[in-house]
Amino acid sequence: MTPVRKTYKRNVIIEVTTNLMFPLILLFGLYVMIGTGGTGGGFQGGTILASAYILYITVFGHEKGREKMPESVNALFKSLGLFLYNGAGWICVLFSLATAQWLNMPAFWPVTDFVGVAGARSFLVGYMVSVGIGLTVMAAFVSQYFDLAWKEDDEMEGGEE
Amino acid sequence: MIVPIDLLLLLFLLIVGIAALWVKDLLAAIVLTGAYSFIMANVWLQLGATDVAFTEAAVGAGASTALMMACLSRVPRWEKK
Repeated sequence: MTPVRKTYKRNVIIEVTTNLMFPLILLFGLYVMIGTGGTGGGFQGGTILASAYILYITVFGHEKGREKMPESVNALFKSLGLFLYNGAGWICVLFSLATAQWLNMPAFWPVTDFVGVAGARSFLVGYMVSVGIGLTVMAAFVSQYFDLAWKEDDEMEGGEE
Repeated sequence: MIVPIDLLLLLFLLIVGIAALWVKDLLAAIVLTGAYSFIMANVWLQLGATDVAFTEAAVGAGASTALMMACLSRVPRWEKK
């Protein structure tokens, strides 16, 4: 697909504000995802991360948005989130943290001896699962928005030809 | 939970919901839906469910409105009479 430079009216205030707010929104998403004690969580943080990207794509168009979030990185995040989420469960099973106490794996892998069962469990629930959910939600939302924006441009090109 | 604020929010919710159904401009309907989500987030906050309020504000007022805007660019803006 040949890149079509769309002539739209640039608005300096909106672009500068977006450039300024983009990292702050990402930071706030990370804070919601892993920082807060009670409220927040993976889904909310992931949606806030995705809304930062959606803001960027809306303001700068999908070509610069693709530079910010390429397809390969999007697919990587989508599967990395699932991998982390699944891996937390597998670590629980392997180290007998929550589900499979009868396996008595800590006899072979004494990780929880120096971390502690409660510490390991809070790390898994508070960070690993949340980050996994957040990454997958972010990538899914961003790719959904990319699909919608892209099809719109395709149809416009087809209509012109 | 403060009862007058609650009643005021519910009144706003009713007005915005009926307006979103009544209006013929789909862009205005989307914006009204976003406003509905935002007021609903305040209602959740009033009820003490900060978690749900967070989700409602992020998904309902932010991402969902943006996705519906992207959909609107592919369909006609005005509802048929």
